[in-house]
Amino acid sequence: MENRSLVTIADYSKEKILYMLQMAAEFEKNPNRNLLRSKVVATLFFEPSTRTRLSFETAANRLKARVIGFSDPKATSSSKGESLKDTIMMVSNYADVIVMRHYLEGAAQYASEIAPVPIVNAGDGANQHPSQTMLDLYSIYKTQGTLENLNIFLVGDLKYGRTVHSLIQAMRHFNPTFHFVAPAELKMPEEYKLYCKEYQIKYEEHSEFTAETIQDADILYMTRVQRERFTDLMEYERVKNVFILRNSMLAATRPNLKILHPLPRVNEISYDVDESPKAYYYQQAHNGLFARQAILCDVLGITLDEIKKEQ
Amino acid sequence: MSNIINKRELQVAAIENGTVIDHIPADKLFSVVSLLGLQQMSNKITIGFNFDSKKLGKKGLIKIADKFLTDDELNRLSIVAPHIIMSIIRDFKVVEKHNVEMPSLLRGIVKCTNPKCITNNEPMQTLFQVVDKDNCVIRCHYCEKEQQRNEIQIL
Repeated sequence: MENRSLVTIADYSKEKILYMLQMAAEFEKNPNRNLLRSKVVATLFFEPSTRTRLSFETAANRLKARVIGFSDPKATSSSKGESLKDTIMMVSNYADVIVMRHYLEGAAQYASEIAPVPIVNAGDGANQHPSQTMLDLYSIYKTQGTLENLNIFLVGDLKYGRTVHSLIQAMRHFNPTFHFVAPAELKMPEEYKLYCKEYQIKYEEHSEFTAETIQDADILYMTRVQRERFTDLMEYERVKNVFILRNSMLAATRPNLKILHPLPRVNEISYDVDESPKAYYYQQAHNGLFARQAILCDVLGITLDEIKKEQ
Repeated sequence: MSNIINKRELQVAAIENGTVIDHIPADKLFSVVSLLGLQQMSNKITIGFNFDSKKLGKKGLIKIADKFLTDDELNRLSIVAPHIIMSIIRDFKVVEKHNVEMPSLLRGIVKCTNPKCITNNEPMQTLFQVVDKDNCVIRCHYCEKEQQRNEIQIL
């Protein structure tokens, strides 16, 4: 049987991304469907991630699937030393699809190679988190009406932030111009700049984050600057209040600008931004539901046509 | 001209049947020796060290009687020392001679340097894609981390 797993966003072609966005749009029209009525969805969280788990479980529940799984590995056999393989093979006996979050990198890829049922990667260590990327893409598409030719500003921790790395990979099909805005210690790594060159993706780097820097942005993608990422704590103290988005910085920005953030936010977006019509991070999280409904249906072999017909 | 070449080759004894591994960078010679497990072999083996080489400056050379390398051994060799030349000798004649090339996939040969990679935490084989054969850059199929030659650890 063809393996329909979703492990990395890099597996998606341009056509597939656009197809998945259409599917998400169908679910936004009506998220409550009977499409997965006879299915069992397993959510295996070897590392806690409440936000992602609730989003996937809501997606499954609204499609009438039954959900099994665990949210804390302490309560499972993996804490007794069971291998990932054994856990996956055991759960494959019960479920039609496995959504898994794991602290080890490559865990989802390996699971997809051994499991007889499709695997959906809900995050593997610092590596991939494709459903997050799909909801980011859907949010961009919905707010801008297109994915083509956009000015996308990535701000904050560009060194360790896997969401921004995946976003670059996914956007390579759509002729974006990226602006990397980060303190020196958290600059975009060389390998991603090489990736941009390889795919002829335009980019500019900025070390200052001011109202001027962002005035041409269509999308402002904020990420959290974490204290533990710094080797030089003086440097952290210096930048922590610089890489904060404040409402006053938005005055001269484009009217179509939308502010995204993968959440949780700590202090990198000031609370006075929440009231701005340009703030989009809560809706962005809501879009995750539709993106994940689309992913669950796709890995189970349900097509866009079938979803439209079911309506 | 051919005389000179013959003299050079006669620096070490000829073998009747077996394998000659030539153009090994001198500093990689002993890695190759241990990689092939020559210490444990009972075959007749000639090892040449710090021979003059136009290409490499100093090179190493190994002749192993009555031994023909497996693909797996060749793949391992290609990681340690690129551009080495292997000749197969039968009845004192070179019947085959070619560059040892890195394959495009390395399965179960290299350890991933990322401690958080699944391959270091599960009973499973590693798998690497060779990204750049010339500079020996490989990428883990699982955690997607890249490694350079000097980081590579052979299993």
